[in-house]
Amino acid sequence: MATADDLKFQEFDDAANLLAANPDATTISIDEPVEIPKNQHSRLQEPGREEDDELLGTDDSDKTELLAGQKKSAPFWTFDYYQTFFDVDTYQVLDRIKGSVFPVPGKNFVRLYIRSNPDLYGPFWICATLVFTIAVSGNLSNFFIHLGKPTYHYVPQFRKVSIAATTIYAYAWLVPLALWGFLMWRNSKVMNIVSYSFLEIVCVYGYSLFIYIPTAILWIIPQKVVRWVLMVFSLCLSGSVLVMTFWPAVRDDNRRIAVATVATILLLHALLAVGCLVGHHCSFSLVSCFLGQVACCGEGKEGLAGHWKNSSVKVPVILNVAKIDASATLTVLVIN
Amino acid sequence: MAAAEGSGAGETLFPGLADMSISQDIPVEGEITVPVGSNSPDEDYSTLDEPVKDTIMRDLKAVGKKFVHVMYPRKSSALLRDWDLWGPLVLCVALALMLQGGSADSKDDGGPQFAEVFVIIWFGAVVITLNSKLLGGTISFFQSLCVLGYCVMPLTVAMLVCRLVLLAGGGTVSFIIRLIVVGAMFAWSTLASTAFLADSQPPNRKALVVYPIFLFYFVISWMILTFTPQ
Repeated sequence: MATADDLKFQEFDDAANLLAANPDATTISIDEPVEIPKNQHSRLQEPGREEDDELLGTDDSDKTELLAGQKKSAPFWTFDYYQTFFDVDTYQVLDRIKGSVFPVPGKNFVRLYIRSNPDLYGPFWICATLVFTIAVSGNLSNFFIHLGKPTYHYVPQFRKVSIAATTIYAYAWLVPLALWGFLMWRNSKVMNIVSYSFLEIVCVYGYSLFIYIPTAILWIIPQKVVRWVLMVFSLCLSGSVLVMTFWPAVRDDNRRIAVATVATILLLHALLAVGCLVGHHCSFSLVSCFLGQVACCGEGKEGLAGHWKNSSVKVPVILNVAKIDASATLTVLVIN
Repeated sequence: MAAAEGSGAGETLFPGLADMSISQDIPVEGEITVPVGSNSPDEDYSTLDEPVKDTIMRDLKAVGKKFVHVMYPRKSSALLRDWDLWGPLVLCVALALMLQGGSADSKDDGGPQFAEVFVIIWFGAVVITLNSKLLGGTISFFQSLCVLGYCVMPLTVAMLVCRLVLLAGGGTVSFIIRLIVVGAMFAWSTLASTAFLADSQPPNRKALVVYPIFLFYFVISWMILTFTPQ
């Protein structure tokens, strides 16, 4: 006879625990987005098995595969197929953004918020907002720095938008592709318990970029120290979201490969953060750089020599849109 | 026949008709065609035969009526029902032309080029329309493009005002005037397009649809505000 408890909607954790007790049972759960994050937070107080289950997602991969198969049944050339990737409500998007900005230690972003419903709305529009925020606030900070100088001629620097857009979208799509391919390859060699679909990885990367939007707005403050502190802070926050997501996926692997993978993820993320900071207050033109040099440092051989030294290494930055060439980025860093 | 059978059976099926008889064949005549009421006066001649002025004026009136709808945004279905893309094209070309001649110390550092403005407006409108349709909106593709294009009109007016103010000279006062004008027109554009588009969205996703529209008009406003002549 079904008790009241059986008839109630089983919470995510309960289902995982029941299944751990009886691994052969098949479960079907209907995803109802009803205050699940709040319940999860209240369950946080119990350490131990629930945490492990959350991080490992022991039986989640089965459920994920099952639900993924049920969702995307339309063929990929129909409009309905893509509509399944936008099946989110406003509060779900806001919850996911909140989860990426305030990472709870020990909680997996994908398991907690994505829950086999990855969306493309968040990644796409967060990247678009980030591109325009960097361009606009970079323009503003440039304007404020040179405010009052008589020789300064304001330029809108529209070229910055195209370069920023290419970089950020390439990062948000190509790095997850590479990571997904790498995880699939390791999965074939070592039986990993946790595996993510490509869209879930894109989702995590997209939402982890959200913290850079308020950071880019705060970069208008002209102090160099403040900018670097802000950048390191946001890098830590978003990096921790990525690490907590991907560590369970690789920790069953060879120790060195696991550490190398996580280190690469963090390194690429740091490169993007540094690239954003550089692109924000560095202008991509030789002429305005020249004007800035002449205005700030005064004429003289020292100023002009400095200009030519700067200009010769700015050219690789203009040509480098993929931001894979780390040496060029570091050289630009040295100048700044 | 039924009456004959009925009377033959001794019981009439149709008592009132029992005493009716048709003695001879009466030829039936009349018209079988069902008259269709012609509801338009030009049924007699197609629009191919009307004067060119009428054709052009009809389209111009439709475009002008939509401009008026944008200026006083009420919930009217005229903008949505008879969509056309003439207005957006004219506005986009006008805006892109006015954004030319921006300060260009070098090719890299100037304002947006004509092609960039064009691409941003049209590509942005297409992306927003796709976004709203993917989120489950019931509006059609071209209707949404039409609304988004027509709502660029306040920003085109702002661009005109900015150019006139800049003719009088740059400086802090002119910047403040331009900021106020562009800000007001940006709010007008966003509110007008939201008034037309918000009804066709599912209720719990309205914010998800309105935010890209906000971003779109914000980018255009930014391009207008940062325009500095040579």
